[in-house]
Amino acid sequence: MLSTMKKSRRAAPAAGHPTPAAAVEPENAVELRDVSVSYGTTVALSGLSLAVARGETVALLGPSGSGKSTALKAIAGFERPSSGRVLLDGVDVTDASPARRGIGVVVQQYALFPHMRVDANVAYGLKARRMPKAEIAARVKAMLEMVGMEGHAHKLPRQLSGGQQQRVAIARALAIRPQVLLLDEPLSALDASLRAEMLLELQALRAELPDIAMVYVTHDQSEALTLADRIAVMRNARLEEIGTAEQLYSRPAGAFTAKFLGGASLLPAISTTVVPDGGAMGSVLAGAHRMKAVAPFAVNPGGRVLVAVRPHAWKLAAGSPAAAAGWAGDGAGDGYTVNSLPGRVESVQWRGAGHRLQVDLIGLSERVTVDLPAMSAVPAPGDLVVLTVEPQHAVLVPAGEL
Amino acid sequence: MLLHAKSARLATWTLLAAALLLLVAAPLLVTFMAAFAGSWNGVLPAAPTLRHVAGALAADNFSSLVVSLQTAVFASLLAVLLGTWAAVCSASAAASPGLARLADAVFHLPAAVPSVVVGLGLLTAFSKPPLLLNGTVAIVVVAQSMLVLAFAYSTVSAAARGQDPMVALAAASLGASQLRVLLTVRLPLLLPAIAAAAGLAVALCMGELGATVMVYPASWRTLPVTVFALVDRGALFDAAANTLVLLAVTVAVLAVIAKCRGNSAVR
Repeated sequence: MLSTMKKSRRAAPAAGHPTPAAAVEPENAVELRDVSVSYGTTVALSGLSLAVARGETVALLGPSGSGKSTALKAIAGFERPSSGRVLLDGVDVTDASPARRGIGVVVQQYALFPHMRVDANVAYGLKARRMPKAEIAARVKAMLEMVGMEGHAHKLPRQLSGGQQQRVAIARALAIRPQVLLLDEPLSALDASLRAEMLLELQALRAELPDIAMVYVTHDQSEALTLADRIAVMRNARLEEIGTAEQLYSRPAGAFTAKFLGGASLLPAISTTVVPDGGAMGSVLAGAHRMKAVAPFAVNPGGRVLVAVRPHAWKLAAGSPAAAAGWAGDGAGDGYTVNSLPGRVESVQWRGAGHRLQVDLIGLSERVTVDLPAMSAVPAPGDLVVLTVEPQHAVLVPAGEL
Repeated sequence: MLLHAKSARLATWTLLAAALLLLVAAPLLVTFMAAFAGSWNGVLPAAPTLRHVAGALAADNFSSLVVSLQTAVFASLLAVLLGTWAAVCSASAAASPGLARLADAVFHLPAAVPSVVVGLGLLTAFSKPPLLLNGTVAIVVVAQSMLVLAFAYSTVSAAARGQDPMVALAAASLGASQLRVLLTVRLPLLLPAIAAAAGLAVALCMGELGATVMVYPASWRTLPVTVFALVDRGALFDAAANTLVLLAVTVAVLAVIAKCRGNSAVR
């Protein structure tokens, strides 16, 4: 039934929405065109345009209130956009009910039917589609086996642990063989160790379902980096930036992305070189310190920028604290002091796999986070240190508001 | 209780027990004793007899009991049906809080209106065509429904609003129509609340007097009306016996409902 539905969708392309690129590019499984959602005067989602290809996983990443869950609800049909269109497989479904979209949805609190046993939960969507009984039984069995829950088919949801309930919720959503699977913070109700385990399982599941488009909403960057082909960073009901994990991580286009994805420290600086449009290595002055960093965009001398450095990109320079104190005084940059910043250790946190330092930079009034690898020498709070960073591990981002 | 001394604790508990005994147990106990009393001139009743209870179960009064049961069951069914319907609708209208608030006000109104006013209102409204209900059984059922509707509505609507909206949405995303979601997910999950509402409604209807006494036709006399008439004539022992029967039957009906409710909650 699902396949016939798909055929009819393809046979009747959306009228009034010409897609010139459709002939060249494959159709997108999900497409949002300038979708806004507002409740009264509150704007929950503002002009989101997003396309998810078949077989692609896109993570919507952002802090709470950034509009990522609202975007997911607009795709599922749980929220009616106040403007914009939602397309599935190129067909406009903006006005279609959730029941007619054929999308699998897994939510944070699982939303299992508490009065039905596990097998009845998984069979629900198939019964609603009036599938023959024998086929339902076979499909339910296959789905429960896929998530490793075949031994719990006759239990009630409340007899299961959180992780088990989540597996059932995934089996229930996938039983209807959806072309699109939406996951709304699926791991956030689980404890840390279970979350790591489920993340691995989701990764394996993803590999088993090569044709399904997945949209994964999370506020946890490690989940997004693990699962997503592309990450859409959301902020204040808007799409801040979208790109592959690698792009966003190593070449963030904005200060918010740099900070939210990977927790980069941002140092205000002024450009001292011309960087052409294509991007190149740029030189800047951060306070009185000369720095070299990757500039992915055009910069003119005197332009205000931010230098983004990841916590693990910082290194402690070998050198006496006295030298650090000396550098703090003069600061005028000769060759030796490029990308070398003196600072005072404010706090030291042991995190098992290494130490995390908070260092107050001298002469910059900025506090940066430094992750030292395991087995390295660790300074004590109050020590003077010199931080260095390789130019290719520091990246310039436009100086926007944070 | 923040009393540490044993004697103080004992005294508080004794006082509480005495107060409860006086307010709750004494009237029930006296009714019970009066139902079996042949005469009551001293402190305690004398000449115990089953005459009054037998009378209460005899043809005439027994028919009153059957009338009461029928009225209570029909009125409760009507009230629970309407109340559940309204509660589900108003819980679904979460997007428009104004509508939900209006529904709350409308359905809670009968609880605030004295039963006598409800009775009078029904008599005035339905004593003339086009809708002539005065003198029919229907007007008694309508009166009792109206009085318990507020309780049925508020019980079910509290549960409906406490429901996780994602459960119904998940059902819809799996391809279930609105009706299917209602019948297979939303209502089954409301069943315990609906059973509680039904129990409350039956208990209230079985004892309803204020409105019933104003609207009942001579052919449809409920047990509370009979008790009232007996007290009016001075037949206190007969009244007590009828009250006892009323009490017993109400408790029995509630027990049946509680049994159903227990079953629905286990699922």
